[in-house]
Amino acid sequence: MPWANWLAFPGGFLLSFENVGLRYGIGPEVLRELTFAIAPQSFQFLTGPSGAGKTTMLRLMLLALRPTSGVVRIFGQDAATLEKDELTNLRRRIGVVFQEFRLLDHLTTYENVALPLRVMGRDESAYRAEVVELLRWVDLGDRMNALPPVLSGGEKQRAAIARALIARPELLLADEPTGNVDPTLARRLMRLFVELHKFGTAVVIATHDLTLMDQFGDSRRLVVGDGRLKIFPGEAR
Amino acid sequence: MNLESLPDSGLSSHMPLVPAGSIAGRALSIVVAIMTFLACLTAGGAMLMGEASQNWRADVSRDVTIQIKPDGVGDIEALVAKAAQVAQTSPGVVQARAYSRAESEKLLEPWLGNGLDLGQLPVPRMIVVKMKARDAADIEALRNALAGEAPQAVLDDHRLWLTRLDIMANAIVAFAVALFVLMISAMAMAVGFATRGAMAGNRETIEVLHFVGAADSYIARQFQSHFQRLGFRGAFFGGFGAALFFAIAAVLSAWWRNSLGGDEIAALFGAFALGASGYFVILILCAGIGLLTGMTSRVIVTQQLRRLL
Repeated sequence: MPWANWLAFPGGFLLSFENVGLRYGIGPEVLRELTFAIAPQSFQFLTGPSGAGKTTMLRLMLLALRPTSGVVRIFGQDAATLEKDELTNLRRRIGVVFQEFRLLDHLTTYENVALPLRVMGRDESAYRAEVVELLRWVDLGDRMNALPPVLSGGEKQRAAIARALIARPELLLADEPTGNVDPTLARRLMRLFVELHKFGTAVVIATHDLTLMDQFGDSRRLVVGDGRLKIFPGEAR
Repeated sequence: MNLESLPDSGLSSHMPLVPAGSIAGRALSIVVAIMTFLACLTAGGAMLMGEASQNWRADVSRDVTIQIKPDGVGDIEALVAKAAQVAQTSPGVVQARAYSRAESEKLLEPWLGNGLDLGQLPVPRMIVVKMKARDAADIEALRNALAGEAPQAVLDDHRLWLTRLDIMANAIVAFAVALFVLMISAMAMAVGFATRGAMAGNRETIEVLHFVGAADSYIARQFQSHFQRLGFRGAFFGGFGAALFFAIAAVLSAWWRNSLGGDEIAALFGAFALGASGYFVILILCAGIGLLTGMTSRVIVTQQLRRLL
């Protein structure tokens, strides 16, 4: 579905921004006139120079920040009218990988990855096998009982990714997910995201790593710079 | 996948989401323990005083006294005998005992000293009347009967003394309740500060929990169970300390009773023995304080989370 038609099918997108702007207090707009949509099962990079506002855009997508102008729709609902409980339910359909991992230091790798299922109130016996399998898939099978402070940067990264994937989200937002790993591991992680995308998850990866993006050159790119957004459609994945 | 065969079968995700064992948590437990100890002492002390005052009132309220002042004209012994007979036959009276002159003079010893010859003084004579119960109608009937048969006799139903006892007992209980409320309020405020501190210290955890789809009520429950654990731990030690204090005090008061001033202490606090109901109250207080700690924390967390996205 060409993204330019999104206004005609707003309900068909997982996430859409319409003329969205953001300013802090009475300062200038740091992001302005952002208009784009994330289609189901799509794959795109969010890129731009450091400090351009990629993380801020991800926070807007995650509704961790409210825009000061424009309309954000998430799973067809206007974010401005969402009740707290509705927001919680919508967040359960989104997986997020933070740039700085944000693993809970007092929980083991297994507990961190199981966290989204635990907060949904699912019984541990129902998800244990699933978590173990995913941890093995991201090559953390022998680090399940380790606490984050003793994990390497790459291990933390993979644990954070596993946590984002465990609830099988419809939309995955990843902030510099390969920023702390060597090129080999970065390619492996990217293959993991591509694999996930093939299973039907829409993926947004924020990165400034041009080499990495070039390896997936046919992907759509959202380029943020000077507070504005340019979109390079790429070939549909 | 057969998990039984996995080497990691010890996996579990029951670790509390709010980290336990922080210095602030231990400090809060100590504050709760001290407050619980003081609250239990206040409640126990109020119960002892309340019981003692009930006993005084029960003793005093069933007694009335008849006083006969010698007027130098009639035969005082005959008047006393007449008044005692009137009292004995009055409804509701169990016993009327007339004090002899020697006994009446002995009553004055604390004020006048001993060894004095009171033969020339018009010492009033007393008749102590024990009633079945403090019934206003019976007392009024006795007063009327005395007015007819022995008009020199003055009936004292100790109303003034009883009113003062009531005021004093109620004041002590009211003071204890106020003290108790102040302590509980101070403790709730301490829990409030600790909760806000814990929220600030765990802001990262709260944000992550939100992003992975935790509802506010879920997060509030995590803080509630964290603080409830701390509260119960503190309340247990505080309550145990208070129970131990009362148990030791009961043993010591039994020992003091045989010493100088023991009677006065016994009169004020009774036997200083709290009894099973008193220890049960301490147990209830501890449970209540533990629950209050958890609930206070939950309310504060819920309020704070409402302000977040």
